[in-house]
Amino acid sequence: MSDVHAQSVGWVRDTLIDQQPPPVTEAGAVKWVRSNLFSTIPNAILTLAALWVLWRLLSGVAPWILNGIWDAPSLSACREILDGATGGCFAVLAERWNQLLFGFQYPSELYWRPMSAFLLLFVAIAPVLFYKTFPRQMLIFTAIYPFLAYWLIWGGSLLTPVCAGLGFVIGYLVYARLVTQSFAMGFFGGIAAALVFWWITGALNFTGILMMERVESRNLGGFMLNLILGTVCVSLSIPFGIALALGRQSDMPIIKWICVVFIEFIRGVPLITLLFVANVVLAYFLPPGSNFDLILRVIIMITMFASAYIAEVIRGGLAALPKGQYEAADSLGLDYAQAMRLIILPQALKISIPGIVNVAVGLFKDTTLVSVISMFDLVGMIRGPILASTEWNGVYWELLGFAALLFFVTCYGISQYSQWLERQLNTDRR
Amino acid sequence: MKTSVILGTMTLAAMAAGAAGAQTLSDVQDRGTLNCGVTTGLVGFAAPDANGDWSGFDVAVCRAVAAAVLEDPQSVEFVPTTGKTRFTALSSGEIDMLARNTTWTFTRDVDLKFEFAGINYYDGQGFMIPKELGVSSARELSGATVCIQTGTTTELNLADYFRKNNMDYEPVPIETNAEAQQQYIAGACDVYTTDASGLAATRAAFETPGDHVILPEIISKEPLGPLVRHGDNEWGDVVRWTLNALIAAEELGITSANIDEMKAGTESPEINRILGTEGNLGEMLGLDADWAYRAIKANGNYGEIFAKNIGESTPIGLARGLNAQWTDGGLMYAPPFR
Repeated sequence: MSDVHAQSVGWVRDTLIDQQPPPVTEAGAVKWVRSNLFSTIPNAILTLAALWVLWRLLSGVAPWILNGIWDAPSLSACREILDGATGGCFAVLAERWNQLLFGFQYPSELYWRPMSAFLLLFVAIAPVLFYKTFPRQMLIFTAIYPFLAYWLIWGGSLLTPVCAGLGFVIGYLVYARLVTQSFAMGFFGGIAAALVFWWITGALNFTGILMMERVESRNLGGFMLNLILGTVCVSLSIPFGIALALGRQSDMPIIKWICVVFIEFIRGVPLITLLFVANVVLAYFLPPGSNFDLILRVIIMITMFASAYIAEVIRGGLAALPKGQYEAADSLGLDYAQAMRLIILPQALKISIPGIVNVAVGLFKDTTLVSVISMFDLVGMIRGPILASTEWNGVYWELLGFAALLFFVTCYGISQYSQWLERQLNTDRR
Repeated sequence: MKTSVILGTMTLAAMAAGAAGAQTLSDVQDRGTLNCGVTTGLVGFAAPDANGDWSGFDVAVCRAVAAAVLEDPQSVEFVPTTGKTRFTALSSGEIDMLARNTTWTFTRDVDLKFEFAGINYYDGQGFMIPKELGVSSARELSGATVCIQTGTTTELNLADYFRKNNMDYEPVPIETNAEAQQQYIAGACDVYTTDASGLAATRAAFETPGDHVILPEIISKEPLGPLVRHGDNEWGDVVRWTLNALIAAEELGITSANIDEMKAGTESPEINRILGTEGNLGEMLGLDADWAYRAIKANGNYGEIFAKNIGESTPIGLARGLNAQWTDGGLMYAPPFR
């Protein structure tokens, strides 16, 4: 036995077997492909069909992009270089990128101004968007930013935006003083004080004091114009939308009906009609020579339009809250403003985020409509001056693809942020 | 109460507009710039280049007027207008004149209260067809499929023309010129029809423009010209006679090259009157004696402007055709300067 046992000793391992790779079919890419792409026969067929479609797409698009011409003075020169081969004529982007981004009239030596306004925009919105990451003190810069951005983009005397900002500060101080007596007094007192201040400073002439070269509104254009309109209108329309939504739920009949009529009227009218009113009809009513800034008119119209939609979205959020929340606020002895600010709105706004973002993204893309009232936003630049130049007449895919890319990057960014925000705020049990 | 306030505002605005309308010339001179309405972009007629400087056939009219009135062809503020905003921009006083390939029609002249200062381009609806089809006249188009922009007068003109000539056709409705280019190149239609200048610009964008012909028949009248508001005849005269000066200069052989020489005085009394060395035509317009000299010097005479922007040496390659001088069988005919 013993020698039997001695022989069997050879079968006892004194070392571990080296780790073996799993069977090829059960690991790595092969496993993934098998379980995800070819798990059943119908799936395999679908996979093959999808691959075929992808191949067709790429074989069309890839040479067009890879063969693209980036340096040529005109479309016909592009075609000469390509000599019949497939390829995009991206030279138009290389030559006209500044017009696509800034419009054709913005002085090129001043491009740093809108660029820095654009970069500072991120600094300004960071504490609002990522309020947990950034210190609250940065909100001071956010408050200053609109006036700074105005000065950077339009130029002129620094004192103009400073006075505009001071008007708000003074209005707030008066409000804070009077609000202890009654809210209405504080509210209207604040507005009156600000208006008086603006009226007085409006009469002063700041020309020459802390001047930067002035750029007229009609000289703005390109993607910059889309961004200005989009950012300003979205950020203005959210507070207006909240006010309108609350007003529509109000018990006071006059406020309620004003809000209802405003919302229903604006929602019943196409945006393009409002833009025509801003551009064409107002010109008849204003005295000739008085130049009520076109961009300002358009901003007012788009903001009105967006606020009506956002108001309805927020009303949906308010309606989704159980009645118990309102009653709980009342039973705590909170007044209307406190109840709204501390209990109702935080919940209602959280529910409304997808809807608000939906409106914001839609609105941002709607800013291209201003091209029909002869403003040169990104699409207006492409359809008008660039396609009308003898050099680039006939370049469609490259230009519109570039526009689509810019809009996609922006809108996709907004939508990703909103999804992140929803996860952040997902504090309840759902 | 509300209504009366609004009506009152409108009346005031209208009165103010009327008051401003009667003195455009001095307004422009005080302002130091001419507000000239142009298109947002049309190949050859008006488009800004890579540096943002406007150029084109219509733009040249604006520059000539600015040169005559303000002594500087560059002091023009170009106000881009779309087909929908152009007339309100002019009647509200936002622009002083409109040079935007606008067809002179009865209703625009009479009902909309504008004043056409002349015609700088005789356009008309034409047909473009691939050369390989071997068609040389529109009369041979019976049974063709035709790409046509919907909702335009071109659609009605086309129907009329084919009915009149007892032919039938199959329309392929399209929305925009860009779409038309794609459809026509893809062979969705045999023929594309729109204004002849538009056809030429479209053809210029093709990869092989030589493979397509524009048929000689022109089936509609589209006289294009600059226009101003009703009621300010002095200003209308300035624009009209600036345009006439450009046309007359070509007829009389005044070019941007020889104008300085001619300015010193010539044998021809009419040239002398135009260039201000004889008579006081400028004074009658409320301008100085050199007004026409500056207008012609800015971009050359009518023929030079045509050749530089849309003529046969440019990619657009339009022939003079109806726009030749009357002495060459065209319709360009400036009234005498005397």
